[in-house]
Amino acid sequence: MNDCIYLDNNATTKIDEEVLAAMLPYLSTYYGNPSSMHTFGGQLGRTIRQARQQVASLLGAEDSEIVFTSCGTEGDNAAILAALQAQPQKKRIITTAVEHPAVLNLCRKLEKTGYSVTYLSVNSQGQIDFDELEASLTGDTAVVSVMYANNETGVVFPIEQIGQVVKEYGALFHVDAVQAVGKIPLDMKTSTIDFLTLSGHKLHAPKGIGALYVRKGVRFRPLVMGGHQERGRRGGTENVAGIVALGKAAELAQAHLAGVAEEQRLRDKLEQAILETIPNTVVNGDRTHRLPNTTNIGFKYIEGEAILLSLDQYGICASSGSACTSGSLEPSHVLRALGLPYTILHGSIRFSLSRYTTEAEVDRVLEVLPSIITRLRELSPFTSDDAGWLQEQSLVISH
Amino acid sequence: MWDYTDKVMEHFHNPRNQGAITDKQEGEKVVTGEVGSIACGDALKLHLKIDEATQTIQDARFQTFGCASAIASSSALTELLKGRKVEEALKLTNKEIAASLGGLPEEKMHCSVMGQEALEAAIYTYQGIPLDTHDDEEGNLICRCFGITDTKIKRVIRDNNLISAEQVTNYVKAGGGCSSCLADIDDILFEIAAEREKGVEVATQVWTETNPPTATQTAPPTLTNLQKITLIQKVINDDIRPILAEDGGDLELFDIDGDLVKVQLKGACSGCASSTETLKLAIEATLKDLVSPLLRVESV
Repeated sequence: MNDCIYLDNNATTKIDEEVLAAMLPYLSTYYGNPSSMHTFGGQLGRTIRQARQQVASLLGAEDSEIVFTSCGTEGDNAAILAALQAQPQKKRIITTAVEHPAVLNLCRKLEKTGYSVTYLSVNSQGQIDFDELEASLTGDTAVVSVMYANNETGVVFPIEQIGQVVKEYGALFHVDAVQAVGKIPLDMKTSTIDFLTLSGHKLHAPKGIGALYVRKGVRFRPLVMGGHQERGRRGGTENVAGIVALGKAAELAQAHLAGVAEEQRLRDKLEQAILETIPNTVVNGDRTHRLPNTTNIGFKYIEGEAILLSLDQYGICASSGSACTSGSLEPSHVLRALGLPYTILHGSIRFSLSRYTTEAEVDRVLEVLPSIITRLRELSPFTSDDAGWLQEQSLVISH
Repeated sequence: MWDYTDKVMEHFHNPRNQGAITDKQEGEKVVTGEVGSIACGDALKLHLKIDEATQTIQDARFQTFGCASAIASSSALTELLKGRKVEEALKLTNKEIAASLGGLPEEKMHCSVMGQEALEAAIYTYQGIPLDTHDDEEGNLICRCFGITDTKIKRVIRDNNLISAEQVTNYVKAGGGCSSCLADIDDILFEIAAEREKGVEVATQVWTETNPPTATQTAPPTLTNLQKITLIQKVINDDIRPILAEDGGDLELFDIDGDLVKVQLKGACSGCASSTETLKLAIEATLKDLVSPLLRVESV
């Protein structure tokens, strides 16, 4: 399976060979504990400092503003809970309907403990309405948590515009930038963001490492309590190898930022060719304000899992928001929030590229995809939007 | 990723009998059963060509919108139907469809249910029974998200010996949307478990009072002690423990004393006092069903 065509980089990415080489010594030779008094362990403090600089540099932040975490989910949880603890008198949270479960499920839990949460809706382009944002914001709002870019559609929110409104109401601003870091240039110095979450395995570092940016001056309470590591902001012995890997990955991502244009060219080629050669296909979400590596395409009248398993036969990896792939019986909450019709919802496929994606790989997808779609459509009883028995009212099923 | 059998993948990649039936001879009738909708995420149109003189299904074809297991279930169903008498075909259960594919992942059992329903719809159409008066549509609407009535839920519980609401969701989707009806589904499960209990009691009484079971009786099959113990162990390992394991629980066979099966609940099951009784009933129902109606279960 090593020669697969991997177009599922929003799920996870390949560890860059330079990253792997940088981290390996810290899994073998340098196994010390950075908190130790002896040189063998203590010298790792310098290693961690360097990695922190590398991550800070990618974000345009100061070293002291970076806290290493275990993953994106931890970063999201830590930021939102810290924002609430810092302002115990404020009882409102604002987020969007299309956030990652790391934010949504935390917010649902918080609702049960006395917080009131607004889940901003999105339009068919996947964008929020600023009037709704302003109407929801009050002086009682503790934190606004909005993702930089959506993992399923790639739609990018106007983060700084949102941040300016948030600041007018004195709320803290958390941004889940797990999908954006390394794909969009970021500069915390000129930003309104107070907390920013990133995850290593989305940018060619391994799983199990992430980081949280906490703006200098913002009060922070740790989620993971323990020792003095991370200057008391995150207890637990440091994942030294992971931290080194994230540092190296951040350095490589920064160097690659200009190369993202090539990813975008390949994405556009893939998308355009699919739209042109395969009838009844649509791109889901805002095509202008979007990650350069992501396209989410709805293939009408067929079901996503069947498409994925057919692609899998050719070693092509992608993903789908269809109900069948999730096992939840409901299609993705993101695509539903866009208000897409069921004809598109169930047959949506996400292709997400990386800097390793080649033109030959894109060409190969374009070579096999049309016949896969044709075959599945030939099996399907649906061929047009107006076939009477398939519409929503027949949701009450059978006989 | 789903753990599909090779047979499922084979039917998915090379489906048999796809498409509509376009030709028919004199004395043949073509009918169609439709189930599901694009909103639900899967739908099946099953076409049957029936020889009116012999009441035999000459040809079966399908059109399916859905995942790999929905397509494979439809394909397998058409293979099962060809050459069957109409009356026999009506007896086909979703279990048989799944079995012909070497089994389906639990979460995908609803694909086999869809096949069985389309078959029923097609045959009722053939027999001129109006579909909208069929049992399933009557009864109370339980799951509003997917439009599932208690009649349908009860049928699938009985046909497949289901013991948890999660299984009901896997088989007919009920409870899989907003999940607000899960408590109602639990009630139905409890009702049916009680029914099974009662049915067995009555049967046992009849045997013991008027016609005690002897070695020569065929129903229920009389097992030697060794056969019984082996079968009980097999049912516990194959049918009961996997279901408990889904919730982090487990069970160990402690002893068998005549018809009394002593078990020890482990893992998450052991600490949960309120569920012990429900669990005991469920385990007992399964053992009664699959081994012998005389069995009783005791938790030690």
